[in-house]
Amino acid sequence: MADEISDAIIRVRDITVQFGKTRVLDGLNLDVKRGEILGFVGPSGAGKSVLTRTIIGLVPKLSGRIEVFGIDLDAASSAERRGVERRWGILFQQGALFSSLTVRQNIQFPVREYLKVSQRLLDEIMVAKLGMVGLRPDVADRYPSELSGGMIKRVALARALALDPELVFLDEPTSGLDPIGAGDFDELVRTLQRTLGLTVFMVTHDLDSLYTACDRIAVLGNGKIIAAGSIADMQASQHPWLRQYFHGKRARAVMG
Amino acid sequence: MNGNPTLERIARSNGLALCAAGPWTARFAPVLERMVADAEKLGGTRPNIFIDVSQVSKLDTFGAWLIERLRRSLTQGGIEAQIAGLSANYSSLVDEVRRVKAEPVVETDRVTITGMLEQVGRSVAGIGGTLVGLIDMLGAVLAATGHVIIRPRRFRLTSTIHHLEQVCWRAVPIVVLITFLIGCIISQQGIFHFRKFGADIFVVDMLGVLVLREIGVLLVAIMVAGRSGSAYTAELGSMKMREEIDALRTMGFDPIEVLILPRMLALVLALPILAFLGAMAALYGGGLVAWLYGGVEPEAFLLRLRDAISIDHFVVGIIKAPVMAAVIGIVACVEGLAVQGSAESLGQHTTSSVVKGIFFVIVMDGVFAIFFASIGM
Repeated sequence: MADEISDAIIRVRDITVQFGKTRVLDGLNLDVKRGEILGFVGPSGAGKSVLTRTIIGLVPKLSGRIEVFGIDLDAASSAERRGVERRWGILFQQGALFSSLTVRQNIQFPVREYLKVSQRLLDEIMVAKLGMVGLRPDVADRYPSELSGGMIKRVALARALALDPELVFLDEPTSGLDPIGAGDFDELVRTLQRTLGLTVFMVTHDLDSLYTACDRIAVLGNGKIIAAGSIADMQASQHPWLRQYFHGKRARAVMG
Repeated sequence: MNGNPTLERIARSNGLALCAAGPWTARFAPVLERMVADAEKLGGTRPNIFIDVSQVSKLDTFGAWLIERLRRSLTQGGIEAQIAGLSANYSSLVDEVRRVKAEPVVETDRVTITGMLEQVGRSVAGIGGTLVGLIDMLGAVLAATGHVIIRPRRFRLTSTIHHLEQVCWRAVPIVVLITFLIGCIISQQGIFHFRKFGADIFVVDMLGVLVLREIGVLLVAIMVAGRSGSAYTAELGSMKMREEIDALRTMGFDPIEVLILPRMLALVLALPILAFLGAMAALYGGGLVAWLYGGVEPEAFLLRLRDAISIDHFVVGIIKAPVMAAVIGIVACVEGLAVQGSAESLGQHTTSSVVKGIFFVIVMDGVFAIFFASIGM
């Protein structure tokens, strides 16, 4: 059960999501504080991605309430919804870059749609965003199929950040990256959170990310949040899955 | 502190101060850009300019970059420009945009006449490549057929049957419906015009020869190119995009043998069957219209049909079917394997598969017409 937090950027109450007869999320509650990096973990198939997709409105829910930036997404008018969508950015697991557009066009796409600014500013902002995610401007005219896995994630992050959102959702940002690349990415997320004042909702499997990047961790199990708190709280927890997760062989290796 | 962002000019004893205030964020980027462009023109008049940002209520990358841009262009104009009053929250953001290289990369794509001529030249030169590609694929398919004949256990019966169901069985309703309607139309038009000469009954000759020799197989081949050729290209293309074909190859399978041979075989078997069904449906439709519209009794129609056509007409039609199927299949597979990484490329190759497939079907039909005419069939 999540605690009541006054300054919550995302407030999820009693969410139930069902696919056919399987109940994936069952009366789930979760709060995300403004300015924090929340790491969201849980066993494979527990519904982490489903919760993310439910919050951003890609999966319909059976019941419950979702508030983002204090706006109830069910009650919101379509204009209000667009307003909310402009204030968040999403990094999909596979990047979801538009394959027929170049890196430049991918990053400029949301900006071009929402703001009437000159091509010069679009280009400059694109270069700035590429710099923020640690890429050189000469990748700008490549197509997604010509990029490596790590570069795709970075470009996708740059696109998610294109409109300077207040909130970003990262769905397994470090999956498929080598440990050094993954470490760099965690560092990048931390830096961006500091410079841009972002709130980050990060679904992850990566123990390293939890240790180095996250302020708070929420654990999903049996369709509910079974624990939420700092990494120390997680290690102290007696829940069997958490014990295994944070005290298993890999966890010991991370803690050194 | 809401409202619009501003950039006020305040004269000071030691220079000019530009006081930025309000939210300097992406939402106001168009307004901000205009304000900054105006301020950039303040060249040369004063030696010192302070950009005072202490009143800025909210700053993001857009705002930070525009302030940085202003500072840079003023500095370039020989003015001492300084940013003052930056709050600690935003200093790292301003540091970040300060690292942005001044000149953004220019987009290189430009339409020119030479470029267009070059495109035409490349397309013409590409025709040779296309033909070589088709012959290459034909050879690969024949080689794979040879391998399978030597080792029949490697033949993929299940896959072939599956594709046969897709391209033949499931195509029957639409093929029969369309050829039926075409038969009706030919018959109606024939009767309408022949009646002027009192030659109604010759509509049966026209219908029989046209349908069995040409229209039946040509129409069905065009439909199959649109229906199954495009499907083959899309299937193989998306497999190529997701590296499934590479995966097959690394496991020691020949993609031609596993993916293309069953598809080709299914198509080569399907097209004669569909062409036969199509021809029958067209004759039926033509006969029906002749009876209801032209008053030609069914018995008279059949009698006349028996006199008008010989087995040759039927053979000429049906012999073309497997060849056209092979052409459609080869074009579709070549296009499918040529797909690159993007969704756009998949679309282009699917389009090109259908266009080229139909084109080659008609070319083949012409070649056959010359051939049969010269052997007197």
